[in-house]
Amino acid sequence: MQIYLPIAEVSVNAFQLLGLGGLVGVLSGMFGVGGGFLLTPLLFFAGIPPAVAVATGANQIVASSVSGVLAHFRRKTVDIRMGFVLQAGGLVGAAMGIAVFNMLKALGQVDLLITLFYVVFLGIVGSLMLVESLRALRRSKSDVPKPYTRRQRNWVHTWPLKMRFRASGLYISVIPPLLVGMSVGVLAAIMGVGGGFIMVPAMIYILGMPTKVVVGTSLFQIILVAAFSTLLHAITNHTVDMILALLLLIGGVVGAQFGTQIGTKLKAEQLRVLLAALVLAVCGKLAADLLIEPRELFSISESGGHS
Amino acid sequence: MRRVLPAVLALAAALGITAAAKAQTVVADLSQSRVAITTNFAGSQILVFGAVQETGPDAGTPFDIIVTVSGPREPVTVRKKDRVAGIWVNTEAVDITAAPAFYAISTNRRMEQILSMTEDLRRSITIPRAIRSAGLASQVDEAEEFTEALIRLRERNGSYRVEEHGVTMIGQPLFRTDINLPSNISEGRYTARIFMLRDKEVIASYTDVLDVRKVGLERWIYNLAQEQAMIYGLLSLAIAMAAGWGASAAFRYIRGS
Repeated sequence: MQIYLPIAEVSVNAFQLLGLGGLVGVLSGMFGVGGGFLLTPLLFFAGIPPAVAVATGANQIVASSVSGVLAHFRRKTVDIRMGFVLQAGGLVGAAMGIAVFNMLKALGQVDLLITLFYVVFLGIVGSLMLVESLRALRRSKSDVPKPYTRRQRNWVHTWPLKMRFRASGLYISVIPPLLVGMSVGVLAAIMGVGGGFIMVPAMIYILGMPTKVVVGTSLFQIILVAAFSTLLHAITNHTVDMILALLLLIGGVVGAQFGTQIGTKLKAEQLRVLLAALVLAVCGKLAADLLIEPRELFSISESGGHS
Repeated sequence: MRRVLPAVLALAAALGITAAAKAQTVVADLSQSRVAITTNFAGSQILVFGAVQETGPDAGTPFDIIVTVSGPREPVTVRKKDRVAGIWVNTEAVDITAAPAFYAISTNRRMEQILSMTEDLRRSITIPRAIRSAGLASQVDEAEEFTEALIRLRERNGSYRVEEHGVTMIGQPLFRTDINLPSNISEGRYTARIFMLRDKEVIASYTDVLDVRKVGLERWIYNLAQEQAMIYGLLSLAIAMAAGWGASAAFRYIRGS
C-alpha cells in the first residue's frame, strides 16, 4: 500500500515502514535504547530525505520509549530519581553540545566528525561491553559458586553529596550521575540522537546500576530528550512528518512491548552481550562506509532542506 | 486619402508579415490541468495531445515534435567524495543555481536528428540546458562532472526522463504523448512546452501550465507544519505519547484477560 508523505514529499510503502518501526521498537524495549542511531539510517535507505528522517525519527522514539517505559513502570524497574538527576546533567550537556556542534559546523566537515565520533565511541563501548559480558556469561555458566563479593567500591562511592537511589539499590554521590548525564547530553546533541546506547553502558559500568533497572531508567530519560528535539525540529526546520511518524510509531509501540517481554526473559549478561553486538554492528557499518569506496561518489542535497 | 494610403499599405504589410510568421501554429492541451496529490498518490500519467495548423508552401511536409514538462526550479548542491587519509569524505561541492525538480522530454525521433545545438541553447530544451549553472567553472575545476552527476542521479530515481520516440504522430497534423509523473514529485507549477520543428529549427511552440497540488489531509498537515509549527510539534508529540500509552494499555489488557 503506497502512501504519499506530506512533508517528506515521497510516496512510500506503508507496510515497509510499519515493519521498520516495529524492528526499532523491539530493540528499544529490549535494551532501553531509543534506536535513533538505527532508525535514521534505515529511513535514508527507504528514500526519506535526511532532514525529515532525523526529525521524524525523534518523534517515533518518544512513542516507543513511552510504550516501553510504561511496561517498566509496572515492573518497578525505573529509577525515577536517577532519571531526573541524569536529565538535569543532560540538559546542561546538551546546551554545551549544541555550542560544540556550531563550532564544528563553522569549521566545516561536521558530518565527517560526527561519523568519526560514532565509530570511535561505539567501537570502544561495544568492545569493552562484549568482553566484560562474555566473561560474566562464562562465569555464570560454569557452575562454580560465585564467591560472594561486596559490590565493587570504586571512585563513584567516595564522593560527597550522597543520595539514595532506592530502585537501583545505590547510595552514591549525585556528582557522578550528573557528570554521566552531562557527557551523554554533549554527545547526544552532537550526534543528534537520544544517546541511550551510550547511557546504558555508562549506567552499568560507571554508576554500577543493576542491568534490569538501567533499561527502564534509560527509556525514561530518553523521552524528554527526544520530545525536546522533536519540538525543536518542528519549529525551526518544519521537518517532522506526521504521517511518517504515525506509521513508524504504530509499529514501534507494538514492537517495544514485545521487546520488553524478550528483555525480561533474558539474563542480564545475555542482554549485555546482545547490546554489545548491536553497538559493534552499527560501528562496523559506519566504519565500512568510511573505508570502502562508495559506488556513487556524488550526492545531491536540496539547498532548502540543508541537513 | 493620399495621406492615409501609405499607412494602410504599411498596416497590410505588417499583417502580411505576421501572417507569414504565423503560418504554423501548435494547438495543444493536457489531459488534466491540475494534479492532486492525495494520501494514496502513486504517480500520475498526463496525456499531452495537439495538432499543428499550417498554411503556406510547407504545409503537409513532415515535421518533428518535442514535448517537455518541467517541475519548479530550485537551487541544488552537488557534493563529491574523495579519499583523504584512507577514508572517504565529501571534499568538493558545487552549488547549482537552479535545477528543475522534475524534467521529462518526449520526442518523435532521436533528439540529435531533430534539434540543432543553437536552438537548444536558445530555448533550453535538453536536460543539461534546462539546468542553470551560471558561474560553475569558478567553483571547481571539472564543473561538468557535477552537472553530469546530478543528471545521472536524478535519471536513476525517475525525476529526469528522456523518451525518444515517446511522441506518436497520428496522421500528419495530430500528435500525442504520455508523460509519467513519478510518485516522489513535489508540488508547484509545472510547465509543459511543445515545440514543432523542421530541419532542426523550432518553427512554432506552445506553453501550458500544470498545477501540482497537495489536497485534503496532505494539504492540511503541510500547512499546519509550515504555519503553526509549535502546535504541529506539540500535536505530533501528543500523538506519539498517546500511541505509546495506548499500546502499553492494550498489551496489559490482552495479557490480563
